[in-house]
Amino acid sequence: MSALANRLQQGKRVPVLGKVDGSKLLAIALIVFALVLPFFYDSGSGFIEDCTVALVYVVMALGLNIVVGFAGLLDLGYVAFYAIGAYTMGWFASSFFSTRDIHIGVAEQLQSQPGIHINWLIVVFIAAIFTASAGALLGFPTLRLRGDYIAIVTLAFGEIIGRIAVNSDEGVFGIGTFNLTNGRAGITPVDKIDIPVVDRFTTLDLRPWYWTALGMALVVVFINVRLRDSRIGRAWIAVREDEVAAVSMGIPTVRVKLLAYAMGAAMGGAAGTFFGSFYNTVNADQFEFSFSIFVLAMIILGGLGSIWGVIAGAISLSFINTRLIPDVLNSVPSKIGLDFDLTELGFGIFGFLLVIMMVLRPQGLIPERRRKAELTGEVHADDGLLEVQAP
Amino acid sequence: MESASIPARPSRRRSQVVGEFISKYGLIALLLVLPVAYGIQDLQDTGNLARLATNVKDGLSNGAIWAMIALGYTLVYGIIELINFAHGDLFMLGSFMAYSLIGTLGLTVGGGTAGLALGLILILVLAMIGCGLLNAMIERVAYRPLRAAPKLAPLITAIGFSFILQNTGLLWLGGSHQGVPDLIGSQDVLFTILGVPVTHGDLLALFVTAPLVVLLVNFINRSRIGRAMRATAQDPQAARLMGINVDTTISFTFVLGGLMAGAAGLVYALYQTDVWFYSGFTAGLISFTAAVMGGIGNLKGAVLGGLIIGIIQQISDNRIGTEWTPAIVFAYLVLILVFRPQGLLGEETREAG
Repeated sequence: MSALANRLQQGKRVPVLGKVDGSKLLAIALIVFALVLPFFYDSGSGFIEDCTVALVYVVMALGLNIVVGFAGLLDLGYVAFYAIGAYTMGWFASSFFSTRDIHIGVAEQLQSQPGIHINWLIVVFIAAIFTASAGALLGFPTLRLRGDYIAIVTLAFGEIIGRIAVNSDEGVFGIGTFNLTNGRAGITPVDKIDIPVVDRFTTLDLRPWYWTALGMALVVVFINVRLRDSRIGRAWIAVREDEVAAVSMGIPTVRVKLLAYAMGAAMGGAAGTFFGSFYNTVNADQFEFSFSIFVLAMIILGGLGSIWGVIAGAISLSFINTRLIPDVLNSVPSKIGLDFDLTELGFGIFGFLLVIMMVLRPQGLIPERRRKAELTGEVHADDGLLEVQAP
Repeated sequence: MESASIPARPSRRRSQVVGEFISKYGLIALLLVLPVAYGIQDLQDTGNLARLATNVKDGLSNGAIWAMIALGYTLVYGIIELINFAHGDLFMLGSFMAYSLIGTLGLTVGGGTAGLALGLILILVLAMIGCGLLNAMIERVAYRPLRAAPKLAPLITAIGFSFILQNTGLLWLGGSHQGVPDLIGSQDVLFTILGVPVTHGDLLALFVTAPLVVLLVNFINRSRIGRAMRATAQDPQAARLMGINVDTTISFTFVLGGLMAGAAGLVYALYQTDVWFYSGFTAGLISFTAAVMGGIGNLKGAVLGGLIIGIIQQISDNRIGTEWTPAIVFAYLVLILVFRPQGLLGEETREAG
């Protein structure tokens, strides 16, 4: 172990100078590339739409990465936070509660409409608070549990939220007649995102949506990097590696774990508000268990705990989902004489991916250094090289 | 030190006693809430408990199916401490096998009783063997390579396999519900006791489940392989030193779990007269709840938990609404894990303690 620690330390010390410059340059290049990308495509093109979706998935995956990757708490109910975020957008930025008449910071066209209309920039924070509270609430029962039991409690939580979403068009749990979610019909239309100074967002020009999503993703990446390198980030990793040791080092595990749940949930909620507005509907069919697994597959593909890996995983899986499976691979079954719709099997493919990744490359595409060492039991000599390539 | 701890001791003990009391009887109280509440309501409305008793009877029949699936969870958890997430979907494939075999053998209601019984027994055996082998195959591919890996790794592959099996079902019979011919007349009333109609389906559930469960429990307690399984569950290293082939034993555990899932698949297909590729997900979670409720790793607990969860599910289906049942079962699951993770009968496990 001490040899390992030594090598880790050396590995850390030697390439530091080169690494910082290289990765920073690469990061800046990537950001510039992402910023100018929409100019090369038609403003309403499907590609921009897919990119926007991919960026929102990056936000979600990074949120889940805090819980699963940093703190090591397997969360199978992440869809619950997407749901709560999306419904917050639906409740506070649509004409759904038509008996209310509240308008805060919205454009003049919306002033005359009934219902609650609050500017997205405010709703994001409301949703973040809602979901963070829900995350902490979910965290409480899992504090005494470890490992796979946490996974099951979170899964149950996600399913309960999903059921409430589907069935609460007339009372919750059969009590009352209040229409909370409008069930499968959903809440639609939802207000467009409205940012001061900029023109109003439309469905025809997707560039502003893209840049908003990119802005969100950049903020979340920044938060993630800062959190990872902070006291709290080290506490998460300590809890993940060995909870007993972490407690004996004086880490307040309760607070640290709840904070992980709350942070992860808030990012899921923020992404949920964006999707609510972007898809122009919030309906219960969006919030199924398979969605949680979809996001989980992103972070496993990319590498648990590795921010850059998770970004790569989220973008690639998102494109596999929106492009590769429906457009490219869908013609394969008929070519080899089979008759089925491959898009239906999307989640079978992701399931296959989970198995393959776990068996063959459990550390993910761009592994986090610490987890890689843990999984392979050694540090490879090309570690420094890997660090330079991956910002 | 001592003087400081003396005043603190009694109060801590008292709170501990209260905690233990809640842990011990809280779950039982929680389980009684629904039946008692609706029992009182029935007494006020009709003056008898026939409706509640019918719910309980239906619940027991459903619960028999959940119990068989729960045994698969509890066997696997007992031996390698893995929640075999794919088990519910294995059960679903078992029900699909039963459905397809009924078609292949051309069993119809019109055929003679003897032929029908023989055919169903054949299907039972084939579905059980099919699921048993499939489960062993999954273990070989997805769990064995990860035996030394962190504990979350096999859980993730289990989730992956759950989706693979689900999509296999989707490819096999399509996305819609498939009606199974009502071969045994599952809703035909055989006789009525105290206002409770007992149907063919109830008897089927009883006559398939009870012998299988007794056989399984006896097998594990009495046979040589059963002893090897228990030894491996206690300490794989020591078992290996004693000359037990641990890998084979674990494979065999998966086979046993698969056998029960296959049997449950046939009973479900005949009892519900409906199979669907997505049924495995909910059934799996309900049965997992049953296994946890009884105390995961405890065979009798799994059966008890299955029956109890069956009753709760049936009461909820009948009184609150089918659409809310999963949410209610999952709420129970969360409450059990929070207040009594060791379940009704089980010992404290390392994970839950």
